[in-house]
Amino acid sequence: MDNNLIVSTSPHIRDPINTRRIMCQVIAALAPVTIYALVIHGLPALWVLLASIAGALLGEFVMEKGRRMPVTLDDCSALLTGLLLALTLPPLLPWWIAGVGGLMATILGKQIFGGIGHNLFNPALVGRAVVFVSWPAYFAAGYAKSAAIGIANTATHKSIEAAVDIVNGASPLAAMKTIYDGAAKAPQGLFGSSYYRPLLFSNPWGCLGEVSAILLVLGGVYLVVTRVIDWRIPVVYLGTVVCLTAVSGRDPLFYTLAGGLLIGAIFMATDYTTSPLARRGKIVYGVGLGVVTWLLRGWSNNPEGVMFAILFMNALVPLIDRYILPRRYGQVKKAEEVAQA
Amino acid sequence: MRVTSRLLGRIRGGVHPPGNKDFSADAAIRELAAPSTIIIPMHQHIGAPCTPRVKKGDEVYVGTVIGDSDSYVSAPVHSSVSGVVIQVAPQAHPTGGEVLAVLIDNDGEYLGDPSLAVPGPWEDMEADEIRQGVRDAGMVGLGGAAFPTHVKLSPPREHPIDTVILNGAECEPFLTSDYRLMLEQPEAVLEGLRIIMRAAGAARGIVAIEDNKPQALKVMAMANRGGGIEVTPVATRYPQGAEKVLIASLLGREVPSGGLPMHVGVVVNNAGTAHAIARYFSTGMPLVERVVTVTGSVVREPSNLMVRIGTSFSAAIEACGWFTEPPGKVLMGGPMMGLAQYTLDVPVIKGTSGILALSRGETEYSIPSEPVCIRCGRCVDACPMGLIPTYLASYAYSEKWDAAARLNIEDCFECGCCTYSCPTKNPLVQLIKTGKKELARRKKRLESQASKVAASGREGEGGNG
Repeated sequence: MDNNLIVSTSPHIRDPINTRRIMCQVIAALAPVTIYALVIHGLPALWVLLASIAGALLGEFVMEKGRRMPVTLDDCSALLTGLLLALTLPPLLPWWIAGVGGLMATILGKQIFGGIGHNLFNPALVGRAVVFVSWPAYFAAGYAKSAAIGIANTATHKSIEAAVDIVNGASPLAAMKTIYDGAAKAPQGLFGSSYYRPLLFSNPWGCLGEVSAILLVLGGVYLVVTRVIDWRIPVVYLGTVVCLTAVSGRDPLFYTLAGGLLIGAIFMATDYTTSPLARRGKIVYGVGLGVVTWLLRGWSNNPEGVMFAILFMNALVPLIDRYILPRRYGQVKKAEEVAQA
Repeated sequence: MRVTSRLLGRIRGGVHPPGNKDFSADAAIRELAAPSTIIIPMHQHIGAPCTPRVKKGDEVYVGTVIGDSDSYVSAPVHSSVSGVVIQVAPQAHPTGGEVLAVLIDNDGEYLGDPSLAVPGPWEDMEADEIRQGVRDAGMVGLGGAAFPTHVKLSPPREHPIDTVILNGAECEPFLTSDYRLMLEQPEAVLEGLRIIMRAAGAARGIVAIEDNKPQALKVMAMANRGGGIEVTPVATRYPQGAEKVLIASLLGREVPSGGLPMHVGVVVNNAGTAHAIARYFSTGMPLVERVVTVTGSVVREPSNLMVRIGTSFSAAIEACGWFTEPPGKVLMGGPMMGLAQYTLDVPVIKGTSGILALSRGETEYSIPSEPVCIRCGRCVDACPMGLIPTYLASYAYSEKWDAAARLNIEDCFECGCCTYSCPTKNPLVQLIKTGKKELARRKKRLESQASKVAASGREGEGGNG
């Protein structure tokens, strides 16, 4: 019997957590908003969703086969990438473009760098950036008039659609941008507050993942409570945006609910690989995200700024991780002693 | 933030593995009859090993010194039975490898050594005398690290001790030996703390117990009534019982990097150590036995045993009804920092707080051949020392020694929280241990090279002259 004893170094027990479980928890957190997006946008959204996921899985599979590496589709990370990408795409995007986005997400965004854990940029956002830059028209225009489904076609929805040219690209952020910029053709009688209800509960004028802010927040609460993500990044990111937009005289609640900010702050900026390791670094990262988002939304040609803000801050993560370390135990005391000596 | 965590006795980082104390928590300590052959290693502590003071054929008694050392950082070892020395030879040791040991044929009489005497009331003794007594009794930290106690009690003049912490946290899962001691002999444990306080010259004494042991907190508080010692609950979280962590969560003081608790005016001793010290001063019997928790899901009757040092693991496990199924691993200590054994013929030593048998199922977790860090940051959050385990491990793996040193790899005390918490099952602390060893080796080599260069330089000068 003695000869059968296993000898290894401590610790001898492990937390049951693993990568797949984490990915599945994030997918579960996104499930309500995904299902709701399909309800509101109908079949076109389903094709976007399926093509995006298929592209992401295919990209991962082909690259790993090509690199003669073990295929890691079972860790569900490529599935999550495809899902996240789909949620940031407009519902009327042709399905094959979503597929290209999915391919680019895992090939260009992830496998090129060496696969999971090695990528510098958020893969889903790399995929989205490729689609966004290559087929900008789909993002600038082509949001459907509110769906036939009643929940997304209330009196509030109708009054907004009466004031705004939705078909020609007046997403909530774009519409409000024309107002804040003082453009001549700005819609009359429209305020950020007009949008609160649709943005919270049923927003048909945006990407798949923007259908309901409340569902995104619930997903985020679930992830924070189960300790999948750290609260610091979303809270600091959103807090910074709220403060800056309030200071610059715009409606902070509208700017929080509209566009990709919530899905970006909760699900994209918190991506493990592309965010800082230490809690202090996460705070710096969150502030940086907020500032860049605010700058892009206020002063760039685009009404939206979350995607490029996150990609930009992704590039700074190695720098943050190098210089912003956790406070070491005994560190302060040591410095004091040196000072005294 | 720091203030609140101090009030609640909370720690920074750490993990919360399943406690698994129920196996043995309610089992009263029972005496284990020593087997016919006792194996007493000459090295049971941190510091210089002892040299045998007996040879084959010598008669020994309970408490006879059979090994001692002239080094300051060392502690003598005593015979735990009476009988005849069979052999002095290297034997398998629970910390790995073989160590010189004295084998004694137990005559079953347990006659005390005639030279043993009660040291006299410690209240009338000077600190120096107490320290000498503690050394003579072979006291070492019984929590597992086995650091010689008299060294801890001898702070240099520039570092006066104001507080003695009695560590009853027992944060390792499964282990209940300190818990049972505090429940069953609280007076002796408190007496030991007072002796330590006198030796260290400290006015303040704190007993720290994790708040998952309300019974022990109650009993200790009752025994202490009017005794002027603080009995304090601390948060149940591993590694609360690590002395650096405990000092921070109780007092808000942090031991400087590379320093010792005495540098912040604190001495930390294990509850079992205090108990053994109290017993020595009341009976004159040195450290010859200790409480060992024999536990695990595959042990038939998990128990807390009073075991004579030198009893084999197999004898202790036999006293608990052996195994219900063949174990996957047998550890000395708890599951977080315990040492895996390849044989059960190793003896119980002073630092053996527990013998833990894990089933095959419990020891199996899938470890990928090439674990890839996903940078989730769990290890960073879990590290009680504020290090970045994933970087340290990858530097150790890729042999970037300077980078590892720059990120203070030497501050790691190997609690294993990083490895426990890692979702990719990366052997982080294992790599860090390797890195620490290698770094220490390189440092030593550099020093010896430097001294050689200096020596040859002097020779060269001589030649020129």
